[in-house]
Amino acid sequence: MPTTTSAPDDFFTAKIKRGDNIEPRDPMPEEYRRHLIRQISQHAHSEIIGMQPEGNWITRAPSLRAKMILLAKIQDEGGHGLYLYSAAETLGVGREEMIEQLQTGKARYSSVFNYPALTWADIGAIGWLVDGAAIVNQVMLQRTSYGPYARAMVRICKEESFHQRQGYEIMAKMAAGTPEQRDMAQDALNRWWAPALMMFGPPDAESLHSKKAFLWKIKRESNDALRQKFIDKTVQQAEVIGLKIPDPELRLNAETGHYETSPLNWEEFHRVIDGYGPCNRQRLEHHRRVHEEGAWVREAAAAYAGKFN
Amino acid sequence: MDTQLALWEVFVQSKPGQPYKHAGSVHASDKQMALQNARDVYTRRGEASGLWVVRAADIAASDLADSDMFFEPANDKIYRHPTFYEIPAGAKNI
Repeated sequence: MPTTTSAPDDFFTAKIKRGDNIEPRDPMPEEYRRHLIRQISQHAHSEIIGMQPEGNWITRAPSLRAKMILLAKIQDEGGHGLYLYSAAETLGVGREEMIEQLQTGKARYSSVFNYPALTWADIGAIGWLVDGAAIVNQVMLQRTSYGPYARAMVRICKEESFHQRQGYEIMAKMAAGTPEQRDMAQDALNRWWAPALMMFGPPDAESLHSKKAFLWKIKRESNDALRQKFIDKTVQQAEVIGLKIPDPELRLNAETGHYETSPLNWEEFHRVIDGYGPCNRQRLEHHRRVHEEGAWVREAAAAYAGKFN
Repeated sequence: MDTQLALWEVFVQSKPGQPYKHAGSVHASDKQMALQNARDVYTRRGEASGLWVVRAADIAASDLADSDMFFEPANDKIYRHPTFYEIPAGAKNI
């Protein structure tokens, strides 16, 4: 069948214009494919690395109920990582290649997971704020243009709301507990607030990857717009449980109906992304060690597969 | 050595009698491992009454580049649609 060289591009552009999903076997510009591999694999890495700050608390959970919930949540994060690695694989990248990029620092993960979970209240703050921020971003991504990514997001969003609610429940309980528990909850909020806001990425004016991402409908809302959505929701939730958002300049703009906040410390964000956060080394070393220790399982499974194929 | 094992596509039936829908994929060495991985990854909240796993390499799919031509035979057979037919005025329940 005769086709002109521009036909695949036309096909892609027309699909994007109509608002149709792009599927794995569709023609797509190489740059679109590369952008998605980068974004989806880093999203997957974030889910997997995100298991570490919480895994740290499984053996120290304050009750059997809390322990079972935390285990289920961390299992979900592992599952989310798998959905996302599968979605990235449909673009022609291998799982081992992605893991190597993570371990050599070529691929990033969300900077928020380079902060330590110091007390049990941090488990509350992570669920409430970190998962809460992730939900705002992922709700948008349910309508992203790449089909397998969008479908993974639908699945993840369904599961993520349990994560946020269990975190908020921990914070509410501690905020209503002894003075020490209350202080712990407030301290966790103080430490996680800014890192959670930074999860939406740099301000729109400095955002590196945004322009093409909008054009290709990978991204539907800007970093700042998503961040504002999260702030507006969360301030009210803090009030309900009697905790204070750690920002002296926080105020409601009656005209816009939105909360205004202090500028964030983007130098810190870039420092942490570049590998100099409090836990970067620990996170990657842990990942490498567990990956190496599990090598025999993968080899045994491959040998077993070889027997039958 | 690539130790990621074969790729399997996962299909989930949400209720008895419903069609199986594609949910995603898993890596596994054999049918049993594929089923167990699919259960753990895609059905942690009682989403399923049934699961199928199929080796991705065994799926034959229509070729996208040829899809116009491939599906073309259906286009000129509008008499397959009920609205093609003229029904005399007054006829009921047809």
